[in-house]
Amino acid sequence: MHISEGVLSGPVLISGGVLAAAGTAIGLKKLDYDQIARAGILSASFFVVSLVHIPFGPSSVHLIMNGIVGLLLGWGAFPVILVALFLQSILFQYGGVTTIGVNTMIMAGPAVICYYIFCPLIHKKKPFDTIASFACGFFGVLLGVGFLWFALFFTEKNFLETATITAASHVLVMVLEGLITVFCISFLKKVQPEIFIK
Amino acid sequence: MTLINEHFASGSSVIHRIDPRIKVISAAVFTIILAISQQFETLIAGFFFSFSLVLLAGLNVKEVLKRLFVIIGFLILIWVIVPLTFEGEQLFKIGPFSVMKPGVFLSARITLKSVSILMALMALTATMALSTLGHAMSRLKISGKLVHLFMITIRYIAVIEQEYGRLLRAIKIRGFKPGTNMHTYRTFAYIIGILFVRASSRADRVYQAMRCRGFDGRFISIHEFQTHKRNGVFSALMILIIIFISILEWGHLIEF
Repeated sequence: MHISEGVLSGPVLISGGVLAAAGTAIGLKKLDYDQIARAGILSASFFVVSLVHIPFGPSSVHLIMNGIVGLLLGWGAFPVILVALFLQSILFQYGGVTTIGVNTMIMAGPAVICYYIFCPLIHKKKPFDTIASFACGFFGVLLGVGFLWFALFFTEKNFLETATITAASHVLVMVLEGLITVFCISFLKKVQPEIFIK
Repeated sequence: MTLINEHFASGSSVIHRIDPRIKVISAAVFTIILAISQQFETLIAGFFFSFSLVLLAGLNVKEVLKRLFVIIGFLILIWVIVPLTFEGEQLFKIGPFSVMKPGVFLSARITLKSVSILMALMALTATMALSTLGHAMSRLKISGKLVHLFMITIRYIAVIEQEYGRLLRAIKIRGFKPGTNMHTYRTFAYIIGILFVRASSRADRVYQAMRCRGFDGRFISIHEFQTHKRNGVFSALMILIIIFISILEWGHLIEF
């Protein structure tokens, strides 16, 4: 879920960059030096997980997992996702350096929103925790697609159809991401409940 | 599979021997100008300069094309949707669909921009090891915490990837067959969960080891970048290129 080089207009790139820079600054401020090792190793895990292909019918989809990133790192999601995207752009040419601000916003913005909304809810009683976990995965992608839609729309009104097609193609990913998040959170709660950020 | 593939990092071309800091700055300024340019003259010149940089770096053409292939799917999508859905002057008709002139122009601009930017990045930022890139960033006064995060991430991607490979082998040996069903999704979710759990406990051990070796929050780089005449020449050349494409793009705004 990212926008390639050369599509967005200057003002959209700049506003994305400014917002992402602000988010990263807050994230870095909240990460102490003794948490950097943890953030870095989690960042490496998210990088690997984002390349896992989950079978779906004859094809497969790859996960985004920004909802869980938010739950594990809070505002730290901004620097962690920024680093992962930067590496992706250098290693595989996914996205690029000029779109990195917008793409960071698309993924880290929803992660932080999910952290604020769902972090208290996933520790509630059954079945509320399951619903909250599903919603966390689902909205992580939905909000990201929403940001992506706005970025395209503000670049060029005529991108409306392209943006809507892209957004619609992510509906399945949202459901799948929700399901995986439910299982993943219930697993983490059993195995290591203290892993979630307070 | 190895995720970290520093294919272009080793080499002996002129570009490989330029000071990494100069390459990072040139790449940033050059690609940002291309990304906000609108004139075809600028984009064509930019394409030409990026291509020259790739040639100058002596990159394997096959590998460059393979990497550009990543965006082909996206570009096809743009070419299929944008010319048909754009409003404006009609260029020609295919059956019931009319192809719009501004849509075709926009698609051409996007194609030129994205290919040029990727080529410039391959020639400038991919021609150094990732750790060198980290050192260059720290010398350019990028936040120490961010550089740390970057370095630890590249260090542990390979480790986590091996761990993931081990888990995959373990489920395969136990007869796991992926399919479109709940069991598959549950299994993948648990694998992801255990990856996070192990990453977190590994992080604790790594941090303890760092403290034992006297880590005090500073990022120390013992790498010294050498000064050489070619760095000056390359910087001058990049500045000229950047001025040239800026004049192509915005020159008409200045009254002589």
